[in-house]
Amino acid sequence: MSIRGKAFIAGAYEHPGRELPDHSIPRIHAEVALGALADAGLTLADVDAYFCAADAPGLGGLAMADYLGLRVRYMDSSDMGGSVYLSHVGHAAAAIAAGKCNVALITLGGRPRTTSLRAPGQLMGAPPEAGFEPVFGLNVSAVYALAAARHVYRYGTTSEQLAEIKVAASLHAQHNENALLRKPVTVEQVVSSPMVSSPLHRLDCCVVTDGGGALVLVNEDIARGLDRRCVKVLGHGEAIEHSHGGWQDITVTGAVRSGRDAFEEARVTPADVDYVGLYDSFTITALLAIEDLGFCAKGEGGRFVLDGALHAPHGVLPFNTDGGSLCNNHPANRGGMTKIIEAVRQVRGEAHPAVQVPGCEIALAHGTGGWLTTRMGNATVILGREDA
Amino acid sequence: MTLPAPVPDITPETETFWKATATGRLLIQRCAECDRCVWYPRFLCPACHSTDLLWTAASGRGTVHSTTVTSRGILDYKDAGSYVLALVELDEGPKMLTNVVECDPAEVFIGQCVEVVFHDTGAGVALPRFRPVTEAAAIPGA
Repeated sequence: MSIRGKAFIAGAYEHPGRELPDHSIPRIHAEVALGALADAGLTLADVDAYFCAADAPGLGGLAMADYLGLRVRYMDSSDMGGSVYLSHVGHAAAAIAAGKCNVALITLGGRPRTTSLRAPGQLMGAPPEAGFEPVFGLNVSAVYALAAARHVYRYGTTSEQLAEIKVAASLHAQHNENALLRKPVTVEQVVSSPMVSSPLHRLDCCVVTDGGGALVLVNEDIARGLDRRCVKVLGHGEAIEHSHGGWQDITVTGAVRSGRDAFEEARVTPADVDYVGLYDSFTITALLAIEDLGFCAKGEGGRFVLDGALHAPHGVLPFNTDGGSLCNNHPANRGGMTKIIEAVRQVRGEAHPAVQVPGCEIALAHGTGGWLTTRMGNATVILGREDA
Repeated sequence: MTLPAPVPDITPETETFWKATATGRLLIQRCAECDRCVWYPRFLCPACHSTDLLWTAASGRGTVHSTTVTSRGILDYKDAGSYVLALVELDEGPKMLTNVVECDPAEVFIGQCVEVVFHDTGAGVALPRFRPVTEAAAIPGA
């Protein structure tokens, strides 16, 4: 498939300012966005894909989507320096050609002339929320805890139910010789571990590890020529969720939308999924994903994870058979890569025999990046056993 | 222990908000187009994308939407011990991240009525935090 003729540039706008001492960098992104969209005869409400370089402030594309109030189903804040906007045109055209989005917005904004933000690595400036979050002592476990506390309040979810997620991960990790934490734990041990940010205990939190991972994707022709079993990418979806100007529902993640898109593209349903790799930065992260991806009704996650539902190989929904981020690995504080890698092992039938799901045909990997409560990037991938 | 009161990052976009805190006023932006109030302050309404946002005085009252006692402060809060980080739903609608103070952290609960208090940063602006509304304060004129 080629992008030839599949996408068109409808709007273009250059900011008239050359010295903008009174503009925040997010505001510059906003002004050029409005300018280009006006040129196209479109509005921010029409945008479903967003592209910016890695120099956008704070969490980058997430911070900008939050500030602009975008409803995004495709995002790319990859960077290659000043040429990246040409790259983004190509990425956007490919996404449009693939039906991933319809209206892609690409923005650039910066103030190297009227600030000291000139050196590499200093160009991003302060994120838009800078004055309103760190000053109150916001930290990562606390923003996840706020979502957890509200879920507890609204649905009666208990610490013991959240603990079941860690227990399942630990039972799987005992078979992974590379896992950081290989010792199985009990619900009692989780709930009696020190409180970090209530209601989350120390053992509700993922590990901190060095490391990394990589993936190689090829086209069908190349896959056919390879001896190695290839895994088919059946579907993908992504969704940015954010604070909506303070009107967000903190118990809901973008998995509602990313999951829906991925299932639709893969033409499967949650009932067809044999294995899930769920982002588990905290136990609550996995619990919300189970609900929002549709493996159970909203609010039922706490009850769903009981009775070994997540245990491999025979649970209702075997999850994170490498031990996940809760026990195995969370390299560079980013858990998405390892979720796909273990899903590939499962679909190839190459997971540890003790946790290999028999006849694993369909696997789903889901990531929740950024922060619950404020701004998050959600992405879902569905893989199938069928080789090229 | 007393919570730190770090000086916020103030930009031309948020200067009006922070100046008002010096005189104990909580301002919030209301969109002239769709009438929604917006938190945090910015250049455009994230709901309808109008740039016609007006500063209005907030009541300073709200309810605790979610709350956590966290002991993992970073940066200025590295040595803050255990403190309450809360999401307070303002009477005007939006939810803001803040702290609940002047009470035992363990006694903050979802649904609790709170009111704004300002903690001086020593730099001419103050942080809007919240404290539980006491019975006495809840009685008009008391």
